[in-house]
Amino acid sequence: MQNTIFARNPSVLIFLSLLGLFTLLVTLGAEASGTGIISTSFVKTLGKTLCLCLAALAMDLVWGYCGILSLGHFAFFGLGGYMIGMWLMYERTRDIVAGALADAPIPPTTQEITDAIGTQIFGVVGSNEFPLIWSFADSLILQLAMVVLVPGALALVFGWLAFRSRVTGVYLSILTQAMTLALALYLFQNDSGLRGNNGLSGLQNIPGLDAVPQSVLSVWFFWASALALALGYLLAVFITQGKFGSVIRGIRDDEARVRFLGYPVEVYKLVIFAVTACIAGIAGALYYPQAGIINPAEVAPIASIYLAVWVAIGGRGRLYGAVIGAAFVSLVSSWFTGGQAPDVPLGFYTLKWVDWWLVLLGLSFVLVTLFAPKGLGGLVDLWSNRKSPNRHGADLGPSAGALREQEASE
Amino acid sequence: MLRLIMAGLMLLALPFAVSAQEAPVQALLQDHAEIITKNSRKTIGPAIDAVATSALPQAQEVLQAWQAKEMWLRKSDGLFFKAEKLDGKTYQLTDFDTGLDAGTAQKADLKQIKPNSGIRALIGTALVQFQLSDPDPVRRSAALTSLERDRNAASLTPLRASIDSEADPDLKARKIRLERLLTMAFGESDTARVAAIQSMSGDLGVDVRATLNPIVASTRTAFAGTLPDGVNSAGALIPGSGGFTDADAYALLVDLKLAPAQVSAAEIREALAQNISGARSGGVPVAQLSDPARRLAAYDTLAEGGLVPPRVTPQQQAAAIAAHSYADVYSEPSAQVTDAAQQALKGISTRVAVSQAADLTLDALSLASIYFLAAIGLAITFGVMGVINMAHGEFIMMGAYTGYVVQQIIPNHTLSIIVAIPMAFAVTFAAGVALERLVIRWLYNRPLETLLATFGISIALQQLAKNIFGTQARPLTSPGWLDGAWVVNDVISISYIRIAIFVLALIFLGVFLFIMNRTRLGLETRAVTQNRRMAASMGINPDKVNMLTFGIGSGIAGIAGVAIGLFAKVTSELGSDYIVQSFMTVVVGGVGNIWGTLAGAAMIGFFQKGIEWLNPSNTLAAQTYMIVFIILFIQFRPRGIVALKGRAAGD
Repeated sequence: MQNTIFARNPSVLIFLSLLGLFTLLVTLGAEASGTGIISTSFVKTLGKTLCLCLAALAMDLVWGYCGILSLGHFAFFGLGGYMIGMWLMYERTRDIVAGALADAPIPPTTQEITDAIGTQIFGVVGSNEFPLIWSFADSLILQLAMVVLVPGALALVFGWLAFRSRVTGVYLSILTQAMTLALALYLFQNDSGLRGNNGLSGLQNIPGLDAVPQSVLSVWFFWASALALALGYLLAVFITQGKFGSVIRGIRDDEARVRFLGYPVEVYKLVIFAVTACIAGIAGALYYPQAGIINPAEVAPIASIYLAVWVAIGGRGRLYGAVIGAAFVSLVSSWFTGGQAPDVPLGFYTLKWVDWWLVLLGLSFVLVTLFAPKGLGGLVDLWSNRKSPNRHGADLGPSAGALREQEASE
Repeated sequence: MLRLIMAGLMLLALPFAVSAQEAPVQALLQDHAEIITKNSRKTIGPAIDAVATSALPQAQEVLQAWQAKEMWLRKSDGLFFKAEKLDGKTYQLTDFDTGLDAGTAQKADLKQIKPNSGIRALIGTALVQFQLSDPDPVRRSAALTSLERDRNAASLTPLRASIDSEADPDLKARKIRLERLLTMAFGESDTARVAAIQSMSGDLGVDVRATLNPIVASTRTAFAGTLPDGVNSAGALIPGSGGFTDADAYALLVDLKLAPAQVSAAEIREALAQNISGARSGGVPVAQLSDPARRLAAYDTLAEGGLVPPRVTPQQQAAAIAAHSYADVYSEPSAQVTDAAQQALKGISTRVAVSQAADLTLDALSLASIYFLAAIGLAITFGVMGVINMAHGEFIMMGAYTGYVVQQIIPNHTLSIIVAIPMAFAVTFAAGVALERLVIRWLYNRPLETLLATFGISIALQQLAKNIFGTQARPLTSPGWLDGAWVVNDVISISYIRIAIFVLALIFLGVFLFIMNRTRLGLETRAVTQNRRMAASMGINPDKVNMLTFGIGSGIAGIAGVAIGLFAKVTSELGSDYIVQSFMTVVVGGVGNIWGTLAGAAMIGFFQKGIEWLNPSNTLAAQTYMIVFIILFIQFRPRGIVALKGRAAGD
């Protein structure tokens, strides 16, 4: 017991038990269990927040631990959502179409059902034929596999191209941003096969579960999200411990030195990039059935930058930091933009938070970067009495993604 | 006896009859009095034609009065006059023939001829031939314009007649051109038409193509047996070759009702549904009809019973196709004319393609200069200093809004732009210096942190602009002398604004080169960029140099914002629309070199326009493919087109 991961990382147990406790409380308070303290829509919001935390975890792995500031992980997140959305939409439409055609005097042929589904789904973009990418939409297993495989494959191809030509630092960030923009622009087209800017909708209705009310479904999805976050956290701990974790931290702080020590830096980067893309894809696949709709605007580059913002505010380079950052910022953000925050009358001008929240977020983000690079996670250090190393102002390494002196802890 | 009766009738009609020698116009009008008073568009034709072709000097006057509803009928004797209102009920009459005063009349004694709009248009067409020789050049020009819009065979003769006497050279050229076009379409003989077509075959004008295209318009037709002689067609079509498939051929036959239509799947289903009897249709249990093969079998059973039309078998189809021949038949009967027109169109299309290529090049050049303008500030801050500024786009936006605010204060567009440019520079210079001093200075050597911190500034600035100016687009109007476009021919044209932006980009390039290579600040900037500590020990204050350089880069972004705002709507998202492309421009071109930025902008501009040309309906696709191309391009030239070598390359 002394040498297990848990013994070396007491934070894991604390995190998991807090997550379990939180799940229990939400379950007890949800409408499904009869108490109704927490509304169904808020259960969904909490479930979505857990998915965002999982995506932030992936971002922390790739940026906080490996130093690659990827501005494309929300694209992987969205791709995962699209993949599961295709199945949800196809099956749901098939149920509706089959119901409608069952009343016809002549039973429909398979071709007629497929055509009718095609007309239903693609009517909005002026088409009625299934594009090639929908080939597997009738199979849940295959689409679930694609949730992991499509973002993973895209990350592999892109990462291979980028890492082998030694694109690093800001160049890599800009390139990943360009990739995200290209993907978003592609999805915006009507002939992309994914319904253009209409996106996929009606995802909150799970085929075959029409009898189950949304209040119950929302709790199921909340459990699934919590489970995914817990497993993702364990996976992340597993990755960051041991030799693999040491090497990627080495790459973060001093890539050249790791390369000279004989490690295949590109392979390590590629693995971490692709694995985190898969995690982001899974998070997206759990997120969008709770959101109910996905459209290309979700994939836009700014979403990926926000992901980095969450990790930075939570504190990069520590897994619970990413989770805290994502949960805190996204919940506070929805509180402010939801119009629940009270206005501030200044006499000459009334400060409406709906308008001013982004200004506050932007500025507080600058302040965190400048003065509190440890982020919210740094508060834990204060409590556990961990100090930053004294390196006389020098960063941990020369690479662009290296931790700063005041960011690291001994 | 007959004569006597005729004479008697003449006598009876005496008060109304008018001598054709003394008053030819009135006689003409009286001849057609019935249809004139009937006032119907369908029957009025002969009356208008009679006046128009009468060659009387008064004809134009009559038609004009008629069109202007100034022609009145005197009820007492049925004569037509031009009448003008004197006061409430009295009208001044004018005789058409003499143009003299014909006394006054009460309104009750008169009947106004009120031609409807259809008739007035007919009169207008008839008037054109008079107006073509009108002494007033404005009238002549108007007549030409109406003739150009509404071409007809009848105007050809008067148009030809009016060319020689035309004094105005511009109008004369227009007349000659129109005469050619009308001859092409309506010429008296095939030879004349062919000659006209050949004489215009090198012309790029849209009007020439618009005249030629109806001549070569064809309809696809099928004939039983072989192609009949004397049909002017573009040649026989063989089913199954040259893109004309058997299915097309059969569909054509069905359209022309030469063959029975195929029974569609929907019709089969409908027929089966209507013939259900006792849970079976066509002898097949209804439950099994989800199988397409069983459906066909059931339908055939129904067809055998004569309940539904039989399906067309492939053999029947093939036989029907083979029994006919197909051709695209011209509506124009003369093969000589259509051949000449085809030839001319072919020649024109080649020239149009060349012009389009030139036009595309101009477009690409203009797009490239926009990207260059947006990226040049970034080339300084990112390229030279290595500082990544995500708020660069917001500086562009600030410049555009500065222009908008200046325009609110100074209404004169020319003056306001002249004021706005230095103002925009000043505002964004100040903002840049503030950003550098407050944020970026503390994050040197931390490029990723700089990226994120400036991104925070970017969202704050964007939201701030939304709060101040609202979400709707604000106009930044360009001065009047920049309106319009430079037109080379009907294909090549480019707006003056785009030319101005191109010139502005060139000026910026010059200014940038001057600052970097010829001034103290440029020298110090290059020194600090290459080796900060060495420069500091030479007595250069690197902090000050960085601050100024960053300020200049931001200031240029502000000026670019004014320029971009002139043709794009000013919104808070203006900058973020350009930011990724700007970064791409700098990265593709090669960091740290202005020529690289120029090359990058040119490449991206030309490439994007090229893709748009291949797929003109889809600019989104063009951007997608461009970014994918850039990602691949970086593979082969990771340091951009113009890569720095040696020490200047840094690492």
